[in-house]
Amino acid sequence: MIAALKGLGGFLLNKLARLGRANLFLFSVLGALTFLFKRPGLLIRQLYTVGVLSLPIILVSGLFVGMVLGLQGYANLVDFGATSSLGTVVALSLIRELGPVLTALLYAGRAGSALTAEIGLMKATEQLASMQMMAVDPFPRVLAPRFLAGCLAAPLLTGIFTAVGILGGYFVAVVQLGVDGGAFWAQMQAKVLFFEDIVNGVIIKSFVFGWLANWIALFEGYEASPTSEGVSLATTRTVVVTSLAVLSWDFLLTALMFGAW
Amino acid sequence: MRQNNLELMVGLFVALGLAAFLLLALKVSDLTRIGDNEGYRIAARFENIGGLKVRAPVTLGGVRIGRVVSVDLDSQTYEAVVTMSIDPRYDRLPTDSSASILTSGLLGEQYVGLEPGGMDRYLSDGGVLQLTQSALVLEKLIGRVLTNAASGDASPKKTPLNE
Repeated sequence: MIAALKGLGGFLLNKLARLGRANLFLFSVLGALTFLFKRPGLLIRQLYTVGVLSLPIILVSGLFVGMVLGLQGYANLVDFGATSSLGTVVALSLIRELGPVLTALLYAGRAGSALTAEIGLMKATEQLASMQMMAVDPFPRVLAPRFLAGCLAAPLLTGIFTAVGILGGYFVAVVQLGVDGGAFWAQMQAKVLFFEDIVNGVIIKSFVFGWLANWIALFEGYEASPTSEGVSLATTRTVVVTSLAVLSWDFLLTALMFGAW
Repeated sequence: MRQNNLELMVGLFVALGLAAFLLLALKVSDLTRIGDNEGYRIAARFENIGGLKVRAPVTLGGVRIGRVVSVDLDSQTYEAVVTMSIDPRYDRLPTDSSASILTSGLLGEQYVGLEPGGMDRYLSDGGVLQLTQSALVLEKLIGRVLTNAASGDASPKKTPLNE
């Protein structure tokens, strides 16, 4: 009984200490961001790794998600003769929820896991330690550019995902199923608000998700035990924790942005 | 060369992202209509506005000429006061125009439809529409049909019996 309580207490204290370390880690990364004004090349390289190389999966997934939304929405709306609001359905679901969330999940799988593995291996092969030996702080040179690149890339990727998704929905609805193209765009424009929907959904949400995904990925890599098993464990944890964090924060943000209270 | 290539790809990526935002802003959202705020304001008083919402369209002859900016209740007369912002291009609305609250389609949203009058004086900023027709509230309509049906059934039966 005492042992069980002790175990529970130890577990909670461990989690709390880990959360504290994660926050200290975040502050160190944020403090190191100013270094990037001196060396923007580091940021460009990371933008290439997390942004440009994520483009194919984002483009293809966005297209298919939009096409599926078009098909499903049409199948449901056609019973009510309301197919002209298909544009609104596709655009609002992509802009408010699917665009930011799916991009963040894909990003965690495509870029977040790679970041964790990279940082974890740097630690395992003592590259980070040797940088510190040479009095080079790894925070501004290694961690800050990766963090900022992710925070910038996530909104851009979400915007691309959403735009491609809407075009995919347009293709299925208007070209394939014969919904009136004018009504498709006009209804969309009448119902989608720029500040309430696009700024909140595509820009703010995806920035928060990019922030979360990179924070978790870098911290997991930084905290990984320096063995091959530790790195693989950390990579898995990154994907799991990021997915959970993104989905729960999505609920919070949706309640704040679009909720009724 | 390698570094240049990298910068080119990143530049393309950022440009693509910005183009996506531009598409979302201009083609998907209402940003092109933000200028609505600069129109002149007119008001109309309704007994019942049904489900009319702020930002609902205001149309004349089916053409969208403005939108609803605010919905208020006049606590003196218990009437709903609907303020509308009208595009300044349409500045020749006769003062005796009438406003009604209509529904687009069976399940569609509600909007304000204007009918032009015949006066040769025109509404300007702060003008008030005098002739209004309230929204059709489905429950009331059904209630009236039912009462009509009940009394309609009763009278023809009574008359032959009485005769």
